[in-house]
Amino acid sequence: MTKAAPVRRKRKNTAILTSVPYLAWMILFTLVPLAMVIWFAFTTVGGEFTFDNFMGVAKYGKVFFKSIYLSFIATAVCLLIGFPVGYLMSRMSEAGQRTMNMLIMLPMWMSFLLRTYAWMTLLEREGLINRFFGIFGIGPFDMINTQGAVVLGMVYNYLPFMIMPLHSIMIKIDRSIIEAAQDLGANGWNVLLKVLLPLSVPGIVTGVTMVFVPSVSTFIISRMLGGGTNLLIGDLIEQQFLGSVYNPNVGSAMSLILMVMVLLIMGVINHFDDGDMEGMLI
Amino acid sequence: MSKIIELKNIVLSYEGDRILDDVSLSIENGQFVTFLGPSGCGKTTTLRIIGGFLTPDSGDVFFDGKRINDLPPHKREVNTVFQRYALFPHLNVFDNVAFGLKIQKLPKDEIRQRVLEMLEIVDLKGFDKRRVNRLSGGQQQRVAIARALVNRPKVLLLDEPLGALDLKLRKDMQIELMNIQRKTGVTFIYVTHDQEEALTMSDMVLVMKDGVIQQYATPEDIYNEPKNAFVADFIGESNIFDAVMEEDYRVTFCGKTMVCEDGGFGKKRPVDVVIRPEDIDLAEPGADTALVGEVRSIIFKGVHYEMTIHCGGLDWMVHSTDAWPVGAKVGLNFGPHDIHVMKRLFEGSENVLEGEVTAEDTVSFLGCEFERENLGLEPGTKVRLTVSPKDIEVVSSDHADMVVFLESLIYKGDYNELIVYNYEKGKSLLLHSYLDQQVATDIGIKFKFDRIGIEEVTGVD
Repeated sequence: MTKAAPVRRKRKNTAILTSVPYLAWMILFTLVPLAMVIWFAFTTVGGEFTFDNFMGVAKYGKVFFKSIYLSFIATAVCLLIGFPVGYLMSRMSEAGQRTMNMLIMLPMWMSFLLRTYAWMTLLEREGLINRFFGIFGIGPFDMINTQGAVVLGMVYNYLPFMIMPLHSIMIKIDRSIIEAAQDLGANGWNVLLKVLLPLSVPGIVTGVTMVFVPSVSTFIISRMLGGGTNLLIGDLIEQQFLGSVYNPNVGSAMSLILMVMVLLIMGVINHFDDGDMEGMLI
Repeated sequence: MSKIIELKNIVLSYEGDRILDDVSLSIENGQFVTFLGPSGCGKTTTLRIIGGFLTPDSGDVFFDGKRINDLPPHKREVNTVFQRYALFPHLNVFDNVAFGLKIQKLPKDEIRQRVLEMLEIVDLKGFDKRRVNRLSGGQQQRVAIARALVNRPKVLLLDEPLGALDLKLRKDMQIELMNIQRKTGVTFIYVTHDQEEALTMSDMVLVMKDGVIQQYATPEDIYNEPKNAFVADFIGESNIFDAVMEEDYRVTFCGKTMVCEDGGFGKKRPVDVVIRPEDIDLAEPGADTALVGEVRSIIFKGVHYEMTIHCGGLDWMVHSTDAWPVGAKVGLNFGPHDIHVMKRLFEGSENVLEGEVTAEDTVSFLGCEFERENLGLEPGTKVRLTVSPKDIEVVSSDHADMVVFLESLIYKGDYNELIVYNYEKGKSLLLHSYLDQQVATDIGIKFKFDRIGIEEVTGVD
C-alpha cells in the first residue's frame, strides 16, 4: 500500500503537467480577458463601481433585437437548406460524400473578408447581378445595404457549419431504420417528422449553435453588406473599443449582455438535445 | 389453403450482375417458409422485393391475387423484422411497438391495449417504459417482432433475425418464433443461411444459389430427396460421388452397379449420387456386405463417431454410434432407398468451347490465346475446343490465364469438383482440383494448352 502510493502520485503529477500548456492558454487568453470585461463593465473610467454602463446600453435595445432577429432568420434559412442537403449527402456513396464535403469546404479556403467583399461587388447597384438583370430590362434593384443582404451574408458564410454537423449525425442513421418506418406504414412526410427529424436533433442543435452564435456577434457582414444603416451588436461593440465613440466600459457591458443572452438561448436549444440517445445510432 | 404471395419470373440485375434469375414461387397462407442459401444467393433480395424495398426489372409480384409491383412499402400488408432490428432509438419500447398503429391513427386506448397484448405475447410484459438501447439483443429482437406483428400483417418477413444472437439464445428464440407463428397464424417468410435453423422451424424450405431457386420443398424432402449435389452439400453432411445411370433403377459408382429407387435419367447418363453419412451401416466384412473399405480416421462428435472410410478409391464419411479402429477393414451397407440419384450441376463431363484461329498456329478462346504447332488451319477459322476438367489447374491470379468466379465446389470423395464462371463471355467451366478454395470468390485458372482438343467447325448452323 505504502509502496504503491508514490507511483500513483507521480502519475497524477504528470497528468497535470501535460495539461499545463492548455491551462496556461485558457487562463491567459480566456479567463483573464473575461475578468477584465466584467471589471470594465462594472466600473467607470476612473475605476469606481457603477451600473451606469448597463443603463447606457438600454438605448441600443433596438439594435440588440435586430441582431437576434436577423441571426434567427439566417439560422432558420441555414437549417432549411442544410437539412435536405445533409440528408442527401448522407445517402450518397462514400466518394460522393467526399466530393460534396470538398465542395462545401471550398469557399472556406478563401478569406472570410474576401468572400464578403465579393458579395459587395455582386450586389452593388452597378454590380454583376444588376447588370445581368439589366440585359432583360429589369431592375436595377437595391440589394446592397439592406437587411436581406446581411442575412444573405450570414447564410453564405455560415451554411457549411450547419451542413457539416447535420451530415455527420445523419450518416449514423441506418438505412434500415428509415425502411422500418416505411414498412410500418409511414409515408415520406411521416418518416421525416417521426424518425429523421427526432434522430437529427443533436446535429440540429450543434448546427444552430454554430450558425447563430457567430451571426449574432458579427460586425464584418453587417458593416460590408448592411452599410451604415443596419448596425448590429457586433458593430456597436466594435465602435466602443475602436471607433469614434470610444468607451471600453460601455463596450464591456454590451459584450457581457450579449454573452448572457447567447448562453440563455443556447441553454434553451440544448434542452432539446436528449443525451440518452447518444451512442444508440448504429 | 390460398396462395398469399406469388412471384412470377422475377429478374433483377445490379450493376450488370444478375441477382435474381427467373425466380417463380408461390407461398401458401399461414405457412412458415424459409429462404435458405449461402450469402449472396439472392434470398434477402427476394425478401426485399416482397417487402417493396426493391422493384424487379421484370416479372410480377402478387399479394393475395393482386399485382403489387408498384405498391410502395408503406401501403403493403406486409411487415418486416430487420436483420439488426432497426428499432427507433429515440422511442421507448411502447412507442416503438405503437409506431405503426399511431400512423394508422387508431384510438389511443385501442393502441394501448394492442401494444400491451403484443408485448405479452413476445414475453416482454412490464418492459413498455424501457429505452430500447437498455435492452439485451434477445429483447431488442422481440421488440422488433412485436413492432411488426402488432399491425396484424398478413405476412411477416424476417431477415436473418437471429444472426446477432449467441447459440443458446438462438435456440430459445427459434422455439419462441415457431410458437408465435402458430399462435398468430401469420405467414412467416424467414431468411437464413443456417440450414439447421431452416430444417427445424419451417413448413417449407426454399434453397437458393446464385439467384436461382434450387429446390422448394418440405424440410424432410429437402433433406431426404435433395434435387442436386448443391442442395445435398448445403443441407447436412453428405457423400457425393460421380456415377453413371445404367438404366432406370440401376446406377454404377465406386466400381459397382447397384439397385436404386430413382429413374427417368435415360441410359448411360453421368449423374451424381448422394448417400447420407448416417444412412450407412458398418459391419464385419462378409459375403453380404455391399462394399468393403478401410477406416482412415475417426472423430468423436458427441452423439456419434465421424469416420472416414477409404473404399473403391473414394473417401466415405460415415456417422455411427459404434467406433471402429483406424486401419480396420469394414463392410459398408446401405439400401436402395439410401442412394439418391441427382442430375449433374454441370451438363456433360467435358468443357466444350468456341474458339477461333487468329494467326498461323494460334488459337484464341474466352479472351486467351495459345499456340499449337502444325495446326494447318487458316486464320479466321472457327474451331471447337474440348477441355477435360482435369486439364485446368487452379493457380494464383497473377499467374493465371484467366480469372474466374468460383460458383461451387463440391468434394466428390477423391477430388473437388469446381464450377467456375468466366465474366467476359458468361460461360461456365468445369474443373477438378485437389485444393480447397473459397466459394463465391475470384480464382485464377491455367490451362494445359497442349492437351486441348481442337476441331474445325464446318458448315453453318
